[in-house]
Amino acid sequence: MKDIPAIQLTGLKKRYGTGDAAVDALKGVDMTIWPGEVVGLVGPSGSGKSTLLKCLGAVIEPTGGRMALAGDVIYEDGWKIPDLRALRRDRIGFVFQAPYLIPFLNVTDNVALLPMLAGQDNASARKRALELLTALDVQHRAGAQVSQLSGGEQQRVAIARSLSNHAPIILADEPTAPLDSERALTVVRILNDLAREYQTAIIVVTHDEKIIPTFKRIYHIRDGKTHEEAGEGRPI
Amino acid sequence: MINLASRDVLHGWGKFLFTGVGLGLLIGATLTMGGVFRGMVDDGQVLIDNSGADLWVVQQGTLGPYAEPSSLRDDVWRSIAGIKGVAETGNAAYLTIQMAHKGKDTRVMIVGIEVDRPNRPGAPPYLTAGRPILQGHYEAIADERAGLKLGERVKIRRHDHTVVGLTRRMVSSSGDPMIFVPLKDAQEIQFLKDNDALVNERARTAANPAFNRPGVPGLLEAAQASATQARSVNTVLVRLAPGADPTAVAGEIQRWKRLTAYTKAQMEDILIAKLIATSAKQIGMFLVILAIVTAAIVAFIIYTMTLAKVREIAVLKLIGAKNRIIAGMILQQALALGIIGFLVGRIAAGLWGPAFPKYVLLLPQDAVAGFAIVLTICALASSVAIRAALAIDPAEAIGG
Repeated sequence: MKDIPAIQLTGLKKRYGTGDAAVDALKGVDMTIWPGEVVGLVGPSGSGKSTLLKCLGAVIEPTGGRMALAGDVIYEDGWKIPDLRALRRDRIGFVFQAPYLIPFLNVTDNVALLPMLAGQDNASARKRALELLTALDVQHRAGAQVSQLSGGEQQRVAIARSLSNHAPIILADEPTAPLDSERALTVVRILNDLAREYQTAIIVVTHDEKIIPTFKRIYHIRDGKTHEEAGEGRPI
Repeated sequence: MINLASRDVLHGWGKFLFTGVGLGLLIGATLTMGGVFRGMVDDGQVLIDNSGADLWVVQQGTLGPYAEPSSLRDDVWRSIAGIKGVAETGNAAYLTIQMAHKGKDTRVMIVGIEVDRPNRPGAPPYLTAGRPILQGHYEAIADERAGLKLGERVKIRRHDHTVVGLTRRMVSSSGDPMIFVPLKDAQEIQFLKDNDALVNERARTAANPAFNRPGVPGLLEAAQASATQARSVNTVLVRLAPGADPTAVAGEIQRWKRLTAYTKAQMEDILIAKLIATSAKQIGMFLVILAIVTAAIVAFIIYTMTLAKVREIAVLKLIGAKNRIIAGMILQQALALGIIGFLVGRIAAGLWGPAFPKYVLLLPQDAVAGFAIVLTICALASSVAIRAALAIDPAEAIGG
């Protein structure tokens, strides 16, 4: 499967509005991400990063181009998959700038919720959650309420949630923004470890100068277009 | 699958419970309003049942004796007693007065009954204390709600009466407690004028040339004497012989005695459908308004609770939760709020109901119907919040 890109975008476009009020947020984005890769997506505010992330997450519909996940064409002149929620649930993990954990669930259930939504029984979903929490070194907070966790712990729980359904793709939107340098680098190291271990393709949208040097490949986005460059790939 | 609704409620249970209690007080007020209506109906029903009558014979063309004034001579019963199917008759006089007792006014219904033998129609069917009235004058049996005690002497108009018996749930259609007195006393109370009025009336009669005609001795005295007699009653209560048809006997009385006779069903119609019709509509309007207010409050609470979870709902949608899971969460919370509200309301109505001056009757079937209505209102009210939740864009979780 290594020779099939986890994500392949070809000339992806997104236009908001119509007529004179139309804004082209994406003007033909090309992007290829391989399984096990952690790729940075950087650009100034308003450059189209969030729009690209929303298209990739099947949250908004592109207006042109082609999008394929693990070889399956998801978008080409319209969505090719009828149940986008199931697509997001089963194939895409999300990590947000703020962890956005469900405050009325404890740590384990926050992570186990996704497998449960996919139809797993409670016991096996919680077992999977504990495995991930252990992998992310927050297993000691498994029974805690979200409000009792530190910012770094919450972000690790959010990462565990994104992985809980064995998603082959993780979209991380500024995951280190609220963290200090040390914790930010810890999160990036965790993402790299997970990508390597589970062959997950991870796109990290970031402004964070601390972590940009750690990516081996970086996509710069400006005025709705991307260009790729090699990153430093600095060891963490 | 985790029950998201219960987890959310448990997470902020204090706030949720407090909201439910607030809603419960409103539901309690609604249930009490319904109980007041039921109490009015029950007051009318017990008035009919406790009279022990099958027919009410009243002045022709009136809705007496409870809904309209009715006046009959107190010897009419003799001719009624002879009609086929009539087992027993009893004269009765009813008058609602304001009675001074222990420094405060109490509104009571004075009921004059014949006391020559027990269990005459009109007499209280049971006593909770004391004995029946045995003397022809100045004894009384009081409903417990009148606040009188056995042996107590109470002034009713011009005469003191001794309370010899107590009874329960003997009230007028307005819920006023009854005080039973011998018929003669009740006739005096109702029909006889006071001394000053009698003196005045005698002087007026004496000055009338029509009563002073030459060659008619004794005319003035006869006219004066008739003015001081109280020989009227409000109704003749009739108990029928076993197997007698009430409608047929009532028809006989109306045909031959030029009186109006009502059967039990007709009297129920007068008391419950006619006498309290306006009050029933009034209470009905209140109930409708309270139901609308309850629905609006539930809708507002659930809507506010949902809007406070916009981010969580967006995340749930983003990670693949189906609409029915989100809608189910909101619906379950609305129903839980309704259940808490109903329980609090029912308990509150049960606690404060007896403190009401009028009888508040909380029927189990009303509670069941009320519970179903509350749940329906909550379910309908939650639809506003569900619509709002389903309209939340999962993209809100990503921002940008």
